[in-house]
Amino acid sequence: MRFIFKTNYAQDINIARHGGDKFWYSTLIILMLAMPLLIDDFYLGEISYVCILAIAGIGLMILSGYTGLASLGHAAFLGIGAYTHAFLLTNGIPFFASIPIVVIVSFMVGALIGIPILRLTGMYLAIATLALGFIAEHVFIKWEHFTGGNRGMPVPQPEIMGMSFYDSATFYYVCLAFLILSMFAAINILRSPTGRAFVAIRDSEIAAQSLGVNIGLYKALSFAISGAFTGLAGALLAHYIGYLAPDIFNIFLSLSLLLLIVVGGMGSLHGTVFGAIFVGYLPQLIAICRDYLPSSIGSQPGLEPMLFGLILVLFILYEPLGIYGRWVKIKLFFQLFPTYKKQTFKKQKVFTKSDRV
Amino acid sequence: MQLIQLIIDGVASGCIYGLVALGFVLIYKATETINFAQGDILMLGAFVAFSLIGVLGMDYILGFALTVVIIAVFGFFLDAVVVRQIIGQPPFATVMLTIGIGFILRGFASIFWGTDIFSFSTPFSGKITEFNGLIISYVNLSIIIGTVILVSVLYLFFTFSRIGVAMRASSENQLAAYYMGIPVKFIFSLIWSISAATAAIAGVLLAPITLVDTSISLIGLKAFAAAVLGGFGSIPGAIVGGIIIGIVEQLCGTYENYLFEGIREISAYLVLILTLIIYPRGLFSDKAEVKKV
Repeated sequence: MRFIFKTNYAQDINIARHGGDKFWYSTLIILMLAMPLLIDDFYLGEISYVCILAIAGIGLMILSGYTGLASLGHAAFLGIGAYTHAFLLTNGIPFFASIPIVVIVSFMVGALIGIPILRLTGMYLAIATLALGFIAEHVFIKWEHFTGGNRGMPVPQPEIMGMSFYDSATFYYVCLAFLILSMFAAINILRSPTGRAFVAIRDSEIAAQSLGVNIGLYKALSFAISGAFTGLAGALLAHYIGYLAPDIFNIFLSLSLLLLIVVGGMGSLHGTVFGAIFVGYLPQLIAICRDYLPSSIGSQPGLEPMLFGLILVLFILYEPLGIYGRWVKIKLFFQLFPTYKKQTFKKQKVFTKSDRV
Repeated sequence: MQLIQLIIDGVASGCIYGLVALGFVLIYKATETINFAQGDILMLGAFVAFSLIGVLGMDYILGFALTVVIIAVFGFFLDAVVVRQIIGQPPFATVMLTIGIGFILRGFASIFWGTDIFSFSTPFSGKITEFNGLIISYVNLSIIIGTVILVSVLYLFFTFSRIGVAMRASSENQLAAYYMGIPVKFIFSLIWSISAATAAIAGVLLAPITLVDTSISLIGLKAFAAAVLGGFGSIPGAIVGGIIIGIVEQLCGTYENYLFEGIREISAYLVLILTLIIYPRGLFSDKAEVKKV
């Protein structure tokens, strides 16, 4: 077990808690920077996609994992980000000017959606966001002037400092940079009073309210921040896909994002990256599964949603804290060896009718 | 006259939404969870009925009854084996769990029955009756009559039968019901099975109109609008909400030119969001305020 003796205040607000953190995270960053030298273009594209998913995951994690508000329509924000970005680029706005506009637009949309539905809690919110997701999908189809409707919309690939986005290494570095930036922003938001207020709302709305947290304001803010991150991911996703069609931003994408945070681990930023790796590589995983199954089952198109649902159910039932939760348990097992107790992570049950008021 | 015609068609499709919404409400009242897989259970019911009636050539009434029994048993075990484990965890977990179950069911259906669109013959298909210049198809009539019968049966069941009263008691207060010797867990599983049976009935009644394929599970999402409009937790509210949604959808579809294009598909969701914003307690809510879950 590692004990950290804090001898000054700066230590308390350091992002890296101890030397081990510094060492491992800088190793990780160096490894990620060296990635284009190590692997070929195809896999680089895959990793870029994982980075994009992770950014979207950070957005949803802030909303669902930290504020406790479920959103079943988060693909709408990806869509808003993607279409706004493509529209701005088509109209000649440079990449680095377009991204902040996209972030601001998604922030505003998030706030606009957040304000009317912040009165809702739990299931009602889930249903409302589900409906909003559907409405957004229809708007993408019908608002042809802006989105190109069902014909789709090509995304211009800009050049940054003379390097084209068609080059997968350039695109990879852009995605990685935005992921690190988003991660840094999210860490800082979450350890600021705003983030603490989010967590307080998640754990008990009544307790938060009595401590002076303005529930409505912070819920709307959480929606807006979440929308901003997801919109940013949408803008990058637009480059990754290259050609936008409304049916990309459907309910399945929203649910993939939810799968991402559930599998990664609710309420942890590490979880978003684990979850993104998982969701990003899920299609490959399923393709491998297909080979081992008898061809009558393996060649069915229904296999993907079925495995998708199965994984979701198994994680919810047996590992609600996700991959990150499992990692924490394994780490603690070795740290405390041989005195590890299973009860440390026993799920606390919240019984209906007594807990809610 | 055209308006009345539209309203009749709307009532028929609204009854389906109402029946699915009824399933939501039953489960919600008792266990305070929402079953996002309700639409998928409806789809499963339609597929099972197709197998029994269309493939095995069973009599319609017999096939219908057997489908309802099969799906009811399925609903019972769905709760007893899977959903019960999640009791005591935050609502988010149940939402995700039932969504996952929905995906499994949809995937299973498309693997087992394939992705083709099926239909089976019913005694009602293709027949119409005329009344004062109104054209009413037997299919629509069967849906409306079926809904009326089902709701009456459920009403009698909840008012007069021992198990029905036990169910109401368990939804009212789990702990008190348990102390009175009611097997609450068993009762909850029974409620799940009734709710699944309602969805199956809706699925079989709907099959002649929409035909049978995996996309009919989306009806479950529109039924949310019905349940919310009726005030989640009210059984008459679910049916009335469903009928309102059905009529609104028909009207939006016909007068699309006066509104905006594509409003028919999203009208149910618009009603849902407007209800939640303007009047979140719904039309028939028995509580003074929306329950916080």
